[in-house]
Amino acid sequence: MAADVKIAWKDVTVRFGSKTVLDRFNLEAHEGRSLVVIGGSGVGKSVTIKTALGLIKPNSGKVEIDGRAVKYNREDDPGVAQIGMLFQSGALFDSLPIWKNIAFRLLHAEHMNEEDARERALDALDQVDLARENADKRPGSLSGGMLKRAALARAIVGRPKILFFDEPTTGLDPVTADVINKLIKRQVKHFNATAVSITHDMASMRTIADEVAMIKNGKILWRGPLDGVESCEHPEVCRFVQGRSEG
Amino acid sequence: MNPFRALGAGLLALLHSAGAVTRFALETVFAAVRPPWFGGQLVTQLFRLGFLSLPVVGLTALFTGAALALNIYTGGSRFNAESFVPNIVSLGIVRELGPVIAALMVSGRVSSGIAAEIGAMRATEQIDALHTLATDPMRYLIAPRVIAGVIVLPLLVIVADLIGILGGFAVSVQTLGFDPSVYVKNTVDILERWDVISGLIKAAVFGFLLTLMGCYHGFHAEGGAQGVGRAATNAVVSAAVLIFAANFLLTSLFV
Repeated sequence: MAADVKIAWKDVTVRFGSKTVLDRFNLEAHEGRSLVVIGGSGVGKSVTIKTALGLIKPNSGKVEIDGRAVKYNREDDPGVAQIGMLFQSGALFDSLPIWKNIAFRLLHAEHMNEEDARERALDALDQVDLARENADKRPGSLSGGMLKRAALARAIVGRPKILFFDEPTTGLDPVTADVINKLIKRQVKHFNATAVSITHDMASMRTIADEVAMIKNGKILWRGPLDGVESCEHPEVCRFVQGRSEG
Repeated sequence: MNPFRALGAGLLALLHSAGAVTRFALETVFAAVRPPWFGGQLVTQLFRLGFLSLPVVGLTALFTGAALALNIYTGGSRFNAESFVPNIVSLGIVRELGPVIAALMVSGRVSSGIAAEIGAMRATEQIDALHTLATDPMRYLIAPRVIAGVIVLPLLVIVADLIGILGGFAVSVQTLGFDPSVYVKNTVDILERWDVISGLIKAAVFGFLLTLMGCYHGFHAEGGAQGVGRAATNAVVSAAVLIFAANFLLTSLFV
């Protein structure tokens, strides 16, 4: 249904040198739904997200948010302004305390005063179940799981309409990964946001996905509801999800 | 490989690099003159680039001034021109050695540091994160560092000039037997306003170049820890080469 398409990749081609990463790539993410993109290493999952964030300019084609083409490297793009992003590494700024990391957009882009911005950052910490006493610590003093929570708090503090998650559970133990997955699911529902996640973690996919798309050779190999993955609608997707190298 | 083809490829790569650096420099200037400005970042960089560079700049200027006085005395004594030591030391320090020595020492300390810091931010996606937080990295990261370089280098050069002349004075009076009051009088008499101003203009240009090189190589770092190390090395080497080249051009312009 065209009306509820939030993000659309339209014939997007991205090349790095002689390597074509996305090849006339088409995909849509629908409003209020959680789309998980899976695929082998180096197939262009991260590039897919970065084209929507305006970080990578497609060689051809375009990405639209709310029907408007995303501009490349423009921090004032209205589409990008409604995005929250959780990076694989967290990407928190080492030189700032946790609360200033979380409140960064509020302080620098929305020019909120420090007192209000700190209060919003502390609320965000509550939402991701990270104790407020961590607010004044530096990222270097937190564990991997705590860093992911802090990064998630930064992604949601601006009350985003769109959330991107890049390998949200990479490097976490299974229990912490499960906690992060549940937090993501809760936050996506809370904001009624459109979520696009890329992951290799099938447990993560099962927890957070409404729909799944698999990329191969720069194109969408298969796309469908989570049930379709579980019922092995496509043999190659089935093999990937079950972690089988053959048959 | 055909040597002409290799030469052509090298030339094209050089032109490509020159174009990329020029474009980056123009983007930096554009970011520096348009709001929003990040005052807190600028103050931090002024402190890190300026105040923390004072000891190394001061020490090198002191030894350079002292060595210069000894050399000029040795050379001057061959044709009975020892009395020109204060004149040549002060002119040499203010017009040439103060700006160049200070810029080289700061580039060794600062260009590599900036390249490593920004390169690590690139490797850990912190620069991408800035974009997603509606903040332009050119304004938040690059412009404050380059502005700080342009402001701080002339101030450091004033310090280097004073300490360098002091080094020459100390050696001349203590070792070479110069009269202190005559030495000071000769130093003050020989210096003209333009000598000082031209040195400070050089310093501002060097400050721009050395911070720009740190930022450029850090911003374009690729390949994790190895890439960050490469960026730091390239930043120092390219800053040093550009400082010498700019010094020649500016000196030609100012004589």
